[in-house]
Amino acid sequence: MQIRKILLAGAMSLASTGAWAGCAFENTVPLKSLSAGFEAWKAVTDAMAECGNFTAELDQEFREKQPEAFAADPALYQIGGVANSTMVPLLNAGTIRPLDDYIAKYGQQLSANQMIKIDGETYAIAMMVNNQHLMYREDILTDLGISVPTTWDEVLAAAEAIKAAGVVDYPLGGTFKTGWNLGEEFVNNYLGEGGAFFGDGNMPAINNPAGVRALEIMKAMTAYMDPEYLVSDSTYVQQQFQQGKIAMANLWASRAGAMDDAAESQVVGLVKMASAPMGSVRPASSLWWDGVVFATNMTEEEADAAFRVAMEGLDREMVEANNDVAVWLIDGYVPGPAAEGAIATANNGAVPYPASGPMGIMHTALGNGIADYLNGAKDAATTLADIEAAYLTSAKEAGLVE
Amino acid sequence: MKFKTFAAFVAPSVFMMLLFIAFPLVSVFIQSFYVTQPVYETVAVETCTPGFTGQICTTETKSVPRLDDNGKIVEVTRFVGLESYRNVLEPARFWAAVKARSWAALQAIDFWKALRFTLMFTLVTLPLVIGMGLAIAIVINNASRAIRGPVIFVSLLPFIITPVIGALSINWLFRGDGILTAGLEWWLGRDIALFAQAWTIELLMVLYRVWHVAPFAAIVFYAGLQTVNQDSLESALIDGASRWERLRYIIIPHLMPLITFVAIIHLMDTYRVFEEIVGFSSQGHVISLQWLTYDFLKPDQAGNRSISRASASAMLTMIGIVIILVPLLRRTWRDHRGAGA
Repeated sequence: MQIRKILLAGAMSLASTGAWAGCAFENTVPLKSLSAGFEAWKAVTDAMAECGNFTAELDQEFREKQPEAFAADPALYQIGGVANSTMVPLLNAGTIRPLDDYIAKYGQQLSANQMIKIDGETYAIAMMVNNQHLMYREDILTDLGISVPTTWDEVLAAAEAIKAAGVVDYPLGGTFKTGWNLGEEFVNNYLGEGGAFFGDGNMPAINNPAGVRALEIMKAMTAYMDPEYLVSDSTYVQQQFQQGKIAMANLWASRAGAMDDAAESQVVGLVKMASAPMGSVRPASSLWWDGVVFATNMTEEEADAAFRVAMEGLDREMVEANNDVAVWLIDGYVPGPAAEGAIATANNGAVPYPASGPMGIMHTALGNGIADYLNGAKDAATTLADIEAAYLTSAKEAGLVE
Repeated sequence: MKFKTFAAFVAPSVFMMLLFIAFPLVSVFIQSFYVTQPVYETVAVETCTPGFTGQICTTETKSVPRLDDNGKIVEVTRFVGLESYRNVLEPARFWAAVKARSWAALQAIDFWKALRFTLMFTLVTLPLVIGMGLAIAIVINNASRAIRGPVIFVSLLPFIITPVIGALSINWLFRGDGILTAGLEWWLGRDIALFAQAWTIELLMVLYRVWHVAPFAAIVFYAGLQTVNQDSLESALIDGASRWERLRYIIIPHLMPLITFVAIIHLMDTYRVFEEIVGFSSQGHVISLQWLTYDFLKPDQAGNRSISRASASAMLTMIGIVIILVPLLRRTWRDHRGAGA
């Protein structure tokens, strides 16, 4: 008991010394936030905590808690961290509030680009963007006299040359882990081929030449990847890069900083960033954003305080201290070499991830269904037809398709 | 014992069983015949999201759930009969595959693919667990008293480890250039990728499950070995029975009720195989029935989940367990009746 009290007292005093060190005001309303747990969220919530009376919950499974927690009255969290796709259930359920009044009062420093608008009303404040783009070992490409690949054909040709030279274990890495990652790879390539996921009435529309081409690209890549690609997620690919096992991968911008982290990486300074390879129409990538939302079910006083605290978390000071953690949208961000790939991908015309209710189901069906094609159990057309059938069953059960 | 006393002792347990097992089961059973959906409206929505150079605004028709006056999503629940079961079992595709005599087509249907693995896993691990358990129990029993304690402790260790943690450790030991794979590669002098095809993953899963559960069987059998009639063993020894014959004709018949008990528990547990799938992240190659239920239940990013199909799949798993237990239960019942007569 005694020890617990001492520990508690210690924690309290630490908390209070840390409080409002870098915050413009002293927050007196108890606030909580729930968001994903990656580095950028840690930076932002730490900055919010400086205002006092604020607890952050960083949880990689946040998406399973958030809809229920925000539907409670009063909501269990006042501030939520979301991305394109995870905002959909909250918006659909009406559990996040419009922010225009608060922006007028406290949000002068926000740029128009940060405001996520639905029918003209702002429902979320974006803080960073993310996308998958090409990362490559500059030293290997230079040694072999290969120029930086810009299309999938060039990527595959480069992979062949690297394989022949035998300088790394596997020329390519890929976030092909069955489930969300594998689904996202298809989404990127299908968007790159200019495909649309749905027809009228939320009917699936992926069984077409663009879908087949997207699958074929993925299969062609697997020939140059670690044969255990179906268990390889972003962290695994990042480690393969850091340990010098792969030479190229279409990896998340948020992982770019880790390549030059001397504590983990054996290839500091050797990994460079470029645009995602071009599909037939646009880069094989999709644009994502992360940002904050505010619960509908809280008092006006809480909402006011929550918005002000969030603005402190998303200020210039925070960005200056954490410049290379993410591709920030916040004023004061200086894009470094790590952000070059993400920006080039966007400039080449990559489109936002098409988040929606039906897309959530489609993404799951893709993530579960594509492995059969890569394993050779089904051909491309059958795979796509089966994925469409799986989507239809789920969408009917969800009431999205008649 | 008086009935009143008996009832007083049993009542809390019965109440808990009803509350935490019977009622949820009934609820799942009912849910498997109904579907609950939000009422959607199709509206044109303009969405603006950040780009690098400026905002990207798109106008699309979207399905948006209707909200009532209290701001809650309007939902309708309707009776669908066996539709959710049909959606899980996919009988049309099943019969088409059977008629075409195509194993590949059958294995393309999630439920049948999961059933194939679940049955294989259950039936292959059963004799291995019982055999290993018996072997460990006999080793413990024959160990000298001085080291018996430590031997029991060490052989029980695998059973103490949380299943998911155990599966994850195996995953890390063998994945990519994990220590053990690297060791095997060095020993065999060739490149090995254990997570690249289904059969090696299944082999690892079987090995892991046997390693994990055999101690449980061992400790049960060890308890049984303490009650073997020493007189029978001695007379067998005098009659010149070999070690194997003593095991075959005296010890195993004596342990038979315990072997049946372990088999029943093992079948029930193993038919619900789940931790191995998650721990080995094997969904791309191998899935199980319990994983299928979990996958239906897990919300996607947009918050959709298939509760009706999850309920149907859970009921089917339960029916499967009952079917697989029938031979053993019939046997126990027959023995029981025989003993009574």
